[in-house]
Amino acid sequence: MTNETLAQYANLAVYSAMVVFTIAMIAFAIDLAGAAPKVSTAALDLQTEPAMVGAGPVVGGVPHAPAGLADVPRRRKAAGIAMMLTRLGGLLLIAAAAMRGLSVHRPPLGNMFEFALMGSMFVIATYLVLGLRRDLRWLGLFVVGPVLLTLGLAITVFYTDASELLPSLKSVWLVIHVTVATFSVALFTIAASVTILYLVKTWLEGQDPGGMSRARTVVSSALPSGKSLDRTAYSIHAVAFPLWTFTLIAGAIWAEQAWGHYWNWDPKEVWTFVIWVIYAAYLHARATTGWSPRSANYLALVGYGAILVNYGVVNVFFVGQHSYSGM
Amino acid sequence: MTESRMDTRPDESDIVQPSLGLGGMSRWAWRQLTSMRTALFLLLLLAVGAVPGSIWPQRNIDAGRVADYLASHRDTGPWLDRLGFFDVYSSPWFAAIYLLLFISLVGCVVPRSRIHWRAMRAQPPRAPEKLDRLPEHGQIEVDGTPEAVLELARVVLRRRHFRVRTEGLSLSAESGYLRETGNLVFHLALIVVIVAVAVGHLIGWRGDRILVTGKSFSNTISGYDTFDPGPWVDTEGLSPFTVAVDRLDVTFEERAGGAQRGAPRDFTAYTRTQTGPDAPQVNQILKVNAPLKFGGASLFLLGNGYAPVITVRDSAGRVLLHEATPFLPRDANYKSVGAVKVSSASPKQLGFFGFFLPSEYLDEVAGPSSFFPDLKNPALALGVFEGELYPQGRPQSVYTLSTEKMTQLKDAKGQPLRLLLKRGQTAQLPGGRGSITFDSVERWAGLSVRYDPGKFLALGGAGAALAGLIASLMIRRRRVFVRLSPIGRRTVVSMGGIAKGEDPRLGLTIEDLLSDIAAIAERTGRTV
Repeated sequence: MTNETLAQYANLAVYSAMVVFTIAMIAFAIDLAGAAPKVSTAALDLQTEPAMVGAGPVVGGVPHAPAGLADVPRRRKAAGIAMMLTRLGGLLLIAAAAMRGLSVHRPPLGNMFEFALMGSMFVIATYLVLGLRRDLRWLGLFVVGPVLLTLGLAITVFYTDASELLPSLKSVWLVIHVTVATFSVALFTIAASVTILYLVKTWLEGQDPGGMSRARTVVSSALPSGKSLDRTAYSIHAVAFPLWTFTLIAGAIWAEQAWGHYWNWDPKEVWTFVIWVIYAAYLHARATTGWSPRSANYLALVGYGAILVNYGVVNVFFVGQHSYSGM
Repeated sequence: MTESRMDTRPDESDIVQPSLGLGGMSRWAWRQLTSMRTALFLLLLLAVGAVPGSIWPQRNIDAGRVADYLASHRDTGPWLDRLGFFDVYSSPWFAAIYLLLFISLVGCVVPRSRIHWRAMRAQPPRAPEKLDRLPEHGQIEVDGTPEAVLELARVVLRRRHFRVRTEGLSLSAESGYLRETGNLVFHLALIVVIVAVAVGHLIGWRGDRILVTGKSFSNTISGYDTFDPGPWVDTEGLSPFTVAVDRLDVTFEERAGGAQRGAPRDFTAYTRTQTGPDAPQVNQILKVNAPLKFGGASLFLLGNGYAPVITVRDSAGRVLLHEATPFLPRDANYKSVGAVKVSSASPKQLGFFGFFLPSEYLDEVAGPSSFFPDLKNPALALGVFEGELYPQGRPQSVYTLSTEKMTQLKDAKGQPLRLLLKRGQTAQLPGGRGSITFDSVERWAGLSVRYDPGKFLALGGAGAALAGLIASLMIRRRRVFVRLSPIGRRTVVSMGGIAKGEDPRLGLTIEDLLSDIAAIAERTGRTV
């Protein structure tokens, strides 16, 4: 039933994507390393707000880059190359997922290797789509890096031969439930990257700019302001959370159809619920007096930790009805 | 719940409390419980409290694994059990967390619903004097009298679904009331989901039955191997349907190697069903992921296995027992355990206990084993016991022997007697105790019938919660104020905006609104 040759080509595409992403990662890193300003200045906001309308009104309240620096944009050849390579890698991942799917005549969502592949594809695609509307080149390294790590694990540790599904997985809900789950995990991944950068940036913002080492100055000036990072992370979380809610509901509907109960505290259900509760707490914490934005963002990272446990530990070590044959 | 900034209650720290009487004390406790900080703490506690249930085996899912755990952890096991770690989701402490959380939720949502109800019918507040003190603000100069521009601004804001109030040469507008509506709907819908779960628990039931092919069962308590009703279920009034399984087709992976070899690929049960004693028989196909419906109850195919057909005769050749006996699979290759109990044997009752192996081979360490889940070399490996099968008539599992009042038969060398029977073979028992024959193999279907009247309510609640959540996260509650002042024949338009909660695009909106006003003012200026 399975087409082995096509599955081999899919793996080849994954390896090619990994090579491309490695070079992209290096190029992103070179770009960031060149971010230190010639003149040492504090908090240069590199995130360009969407271009203002030419003869638009004068609007106050929007943070502007300090005059005199904004008009000398840094040349960012390395970042351009990196973005091109990221797009190429994204195409290779789409090809890999398509060939893997064709080789088994089903959506490639049946085991951990396929989740990792689809998840990586969603991460890259989301990053590129978000990057269409604003300058996200500063984030590239922190998106391509985790994706490379995931693909490496997928093709070595999690690898599963292309094969048919267990009877309980043969359902239209596999496509609905698992696709949305994988997509929201992709969003949570990008959000977690931004959150870590927020924590680094706000830590650097608290330091005396004069006494900072060169490395810290580079990092600090490569990143947007802490406030802007916090807003970006929140916006992504605010989209990912309803998608995760949908994952939970769709999973319950499927469970009702396959096992006869919509909620039975299976380990995977427990962790999906735990993740949901932690991110719900994150959204609440942002609006609670007595919780700083920093602590709220730590909560978001705890939530991402739970996602990693859900994928890496629950699937493999806990006994439950979500145990996947051969991983 | 979200955004205590919208909360109109005074901060706890502002309250000066002299001496607390009983009433004051309970008011204080209520305030603490319904405060955002407590709700957040309870949420995190709920997350932490749920985790143990995924680490330790749970009785409601797999009581056998709990028993195994208790047997192998004699020190820690009983303590964990006392603390409810094997029944986490029905333990008092877990219930305490979620009940407190829901009381806190109700205590927060109800007053907020009242406030929101009033806010929805109220006019936006008056524009503040200095608009440039608002978080986002802007200014433009357009042609036209202040009165005309005010009308323009009103139209522009109305077009963007703002509720507008004008007063002199100032204007206040508000939009995004649905954000709070969504927020409240989300939280109320969660309460609906909890109620639905409770309904399912109280008046729902489930019954499980292992049914050998060719047999049938009816939907009565005695028709099930296990029946688990909610406390309010009328067990006499179950709908009288019957189900017969004629054939069960099972396919396993033969081609692929590695971990995939022997993995199940398809289960199909061919059934004949009747909704009542007088109803016509209907042929229906039952598959995994495709349950059969009987009114509100659903029939699921959740398991399968083998039932070897065994005949036991006495020394005179009279048939003491002839039936298909289900054996329970223990591994992926369906090495199965089971027992055959011959209570009519005399002078002592006979019991056979051991394994059924669909594809038998002899493993040097594990003894008789199976290398594939399908029937490639079916065999029975049995030990024989004699004595009293049911001491004191205690209930016991049909899949094991209770051997406390039985002794195992020995072979000629004095070793425990082990029978290995291939399909069609007969073994003579020592000492003229008769014979046992392995005639053929049937399959059995593990059927489960569930009735949960709360599930549609739960689904509706979950859907409403999702819709409310999306509204509360995506819709922005904004107030926009406009003040106009004439400069000669032109008018200065000052605009300021403030949002409740996170709103990264407020600045852009102010900008867009001003551009719209400027554009229309220019157009009307030209035509006039």
